[in-house]
Amino acid sequence: MPEPTPMDEETLRARVRKLLEEAHPETTDSISFRQKQYEHGLAWVHFPEGYGGLGLSPKMNMIVFDEISKHSKVIHTTPPASVIGIGMGAPVVLTYGTEEMKKTLLPKIFSGEEVWCQLFSEPGAGSDVAGLSSLAIRDGDEWIVNGQKVWTTVAHLSRWGMLLTRTDPDAPKHDGLSYFLLDMKAPGVEVRPLYQITGEAEFNEVFLNDVRIPHARMLGQEGQGWRVAITTLMNERVAIGGGGSKRKGGGATGQLLDVWRQRKKGAHSPAQEAMLRDRVTRSYMDNELLRLTAQRARASQKAGNPGPEGSVAKLAQAEINKRMWETAIDIMGSDALAFEAGYALRQTAGAPDSVEGIAKYQFLRSRANSIEGGTSEIMRNILGERVLGLPGEPRIDKEVPWKDVPRS
Amino acid sequence: MPIEMSLTDEHEELRATLRAFLNECSDEATVREQMSTERGYDPDVWTQMAEQMGLAGLIIPEEFGGAGYGYVELLVVMEEMGRALLCSPYLSTAVLAANALMHCADEKSQKELLTEIAAGRMVAAVAHAEPNGRWDIEGLEMTATRSGDQWTLSGEKTWVLDGGSAQVILVLARTDSGLSLFRVDPEAPGLRREAVPPLDLTRKISQLHFEDAPAELISAGDQSANFERVLALTTAALSAEQMGGAQWCLETAVEYAKTRLQFGRPIGSYQAIKHKCADMLVETEFARSAAYAACFAAAEQEDDFLEMADLAQSACSEAFFHAAAETIQIHGGMGFTWELPVHLYFKRAKASDLLFGDAAQHRESLANRVGL
Ligand SMILES: Cc1cc2nc3c(=O)[nH]c(=O)nc-3n(C[C@H](O)[C@H](O)[C@H](O)COP(=O)(O)OP(=O)(O)OC[C@H]3O[C@@H](n4cnc5c(N)ncnc54)[C@H](O)[C@@H]3O)c2cc1C
Ligand SMILES: Cc1cc2nc3c(=O)[nH]c(=O)nc-3n(C[C@H](O)[C@H](O)[C@H](O)COP(=O)(O)OP(=O)(O)OC[C@H]3O[C@@H](n4cnc5c(N)ncnc54)[C@H](O)[C@@H]3O)c2cc1C
Repeated sequence: MPEPTPMDEETLRARVRKLLEEAHPETTDSISFRQKQYEHGLAWVHFPEGYGGLGLSPKMNMIVFDEISKHSKVIHTTPPASVIGIGMGAPVVLTYGTEEMKKTLLPKIFSGEEVWCQLFSEPGAGSDVAGLSSLAIRDGDEWIVNGQKVWTTVAHLSRWGMLLTRTDPDAPKHDGLSYFLLDMKAPGVEVRPLYQITGEAEFNEVFLNDVRIPHARMLGQEGQGWRVAITTLMNERVAIGGGGSKRKGGGATGQLLDVWRQRKKGAHSPAQEAMLRDRVTRSYMDNELLRLTAQRARASQKAGNPGPEGSVAKLAQAEINKRMWETAIDIMGSDALAFEAGYALRQTAGAPDSVEGIAKYQFLRSRANSIEGGTSEIMRNILGERVLGLPGEPRIDKEVPWKDVPRS
Repeated sequence: MPIEMSLTDEHEELRATLRAFLNECSDEATVREQMSTERGYDPDVWTQMAEQMGLAGLIIPEEFGGAGYGYVELLVVMEEMGRALLCSPYLSTAVLAANALMHCADEKSQKELLTEIAAGRMVAAVAHAEPNGRWDIEGLEMTATRSGDQWTLSGEKTWVLDGGSAQVILVLARTDSGLSLFRVDPEAPGLRREAVPPLDLTRKISQLHFEDAPAELISAGDQSANFERVLALTTAALSAEQMGGAQWCLETAVEYAKTRLQFGRPIGSYQAIKHKCADMLVETEFARSAAYAACFAAAEQEDDFLEMADLAQSACSEAFFHAAAETIQIHGGMGFTWELPVHLYFKRAKASDLLFGDAAQHRESLANRVGL
């Protein structure tokens, strides 16, 4: 028998059990537990040692989760407000941050102590985010930023923002951008809620008025912000297109199946029932295919930042999710005429408590799936051009100075 | 933990060997030549596949002269054959008949017939569907008649793959002990084989008319559950073939979209075409996941295998058909011609979907299995 490598599956599981001896999720709050998890290198095992990881393959993260679930009824999963920080902030800090940033920022991103937001989109630049107009001007060791960001999820809860902004309007658009870590408490940062079709406000407008940022908080070189942004966006797609539920018929599919099983008998004709049943089966299949595709991708994924394949899952998941909740609404039929939760505009809506309530909420919320993190049209362009190698469209905005490009 | 669905270096070597072989023996000219023959395949190539490459007996145990490989190897083989649109009795003989014998037949027949199949000396056809149009086990109505030790069969069997060229016919019919497997000599008195002009020229099908045809009972006890498994194993393998076909369509469509210029630009630079290609990519990747899931579940004898086979049939049938249909569209007027091979894939796609009950039927079966 060959000697097992220092970190085979069993060694990793043993390490998880050691963590559980020191801190158990059933008796420790989420933040304290996740701090310990980070110290043990079990936060994201594909990160290097000393930064919450063990330098293992990304698929080994599943083993940590699996081992914790074996020994604990309570699982301190990613806090909802930390999805952006963990999914995008952490890889960006790891790839482009200074040693000091990694040491101070990463533990708090993982524990949930500090929430992060992504300040990319602007009123005039969404899909074409490289065309954005907010502007930073150098002033000694600092930059002074002015402009407006929009659709900024969890900005109202955030400690740090990933800011993409223009530093050279005379360069072609991709070459004149820089990437900063923005202290959301800095003077001149103003966050206003923006209400969405569900009535709640997950996202915000962020106004930047003469905000000063130390030069040391620039990630990557001046003018190289686009490269850092691409790292962020690729990780975003993977964070969003997370591959459906981890197990069969679980997660959102489980909720659809609940709606189906609790349907009012006799409300639909036999022919309608048969059609609805086929749609439910298709949704079940779609989610299985997402899960299996993610499993296959993990099996072949090498360490490092994800490639354009992330767009396959992102595109598929968005369309599948919308279809699934449309089916749930059609199963409910006229009962879906009522929207019990109401549309009182507020920052965060309480989670709906019934199967029907969840479905009605998700029917509305899922419309964003094919917009947020890059629209489905943009995903198809990326798949067509970057994965399949099809030619791009003739461009009128690439070689010319950004300031000469037409804008709406 | 879920099983890890990844191929080894050996699998990739098998793929490379096979692709090189198929480039020679299943190029477009050969496919067109073989599909216009009555038999529908080249017997020399079939012998070569058996003798030199061990393909005919790929999943047949070594004790019966096979290679004793499993469903992961079969996955690779079927994918490549689907891509190359190989004209061959592989599905009928090496997959369907071999599985029927392995799961339903007595040992004596296994020894006799599996050995012949593995050696490439025998093409075998399985006759199960009947004119009632059903593909489920309950739909099998033919009842065998017994007098003394002799059995005879009467009635019709439809859509029998390679029924015209087979050297042995395996027939599913009912007896007092339930669904049973019979062996019939293709030259037996009372058996008339009628070639059906096929939608998909690359796979030949027959209608078999039985009138007191002598048959040998080669199973013991009710084979309903076993044969259900045989059909699932066959659709799992077929799903890999469909996925290979979808992959060919995707690559062919993308290649054309890069090189065909209209209005001064490659047509692939127009989003109407580019987005079709992107959607084909997603569907093909999903089909790959489904075929992998079914074949890995077969290889590992997972509890959810039957469910995964239903899922794979439905996902791969639709992905292949859609890919072939879009490939015609992307080729414009050329796509509509006999000259281009795209229509051959389009027809193969629809025929493969319909062959063992279509995608909607498999979704219904899936719904029953998972209790929807
Ligand atoms: C719920 C939600 C949360 C969000 N959170 C954040 C966040 O935290 N941080 C952040 O920076 N942004 C965030 N966004 C913004 C999101 O990234 C943008 O909305 C998205 O990129 C689209 O930009 P847009 O809204 O300006 O639409 P536009 O870019 O104006 O697009 C309008 C329509 O035109 C199509 N279109 C545009 N260009 C092309 C093209 N080249 N080819 C084909 N079609 C095209 C689009 O697909 C779309 O259908 C969020 C959005 C939503 C809905
Ligand atoms: C049955 C049949 C009968 C016909 N009869 C006649 C006839 O009697 N007389 C005659 O003159 N012609 C006839 N045609 C030719 C027919 O008009 C052309 O086939 C058709 O215009 C498409 O041109 P194409 O085949 O060159 O495809 P292409 O123009 O090369 O198109 C290939 C693909 O690219 C797409 N495409 C091309 N340009 C764009 C764009 N700008 N934006 C988005 N997508 C694009 C097309 O939609 C197609 O999917 C016939 C064709 C058929 C199939």
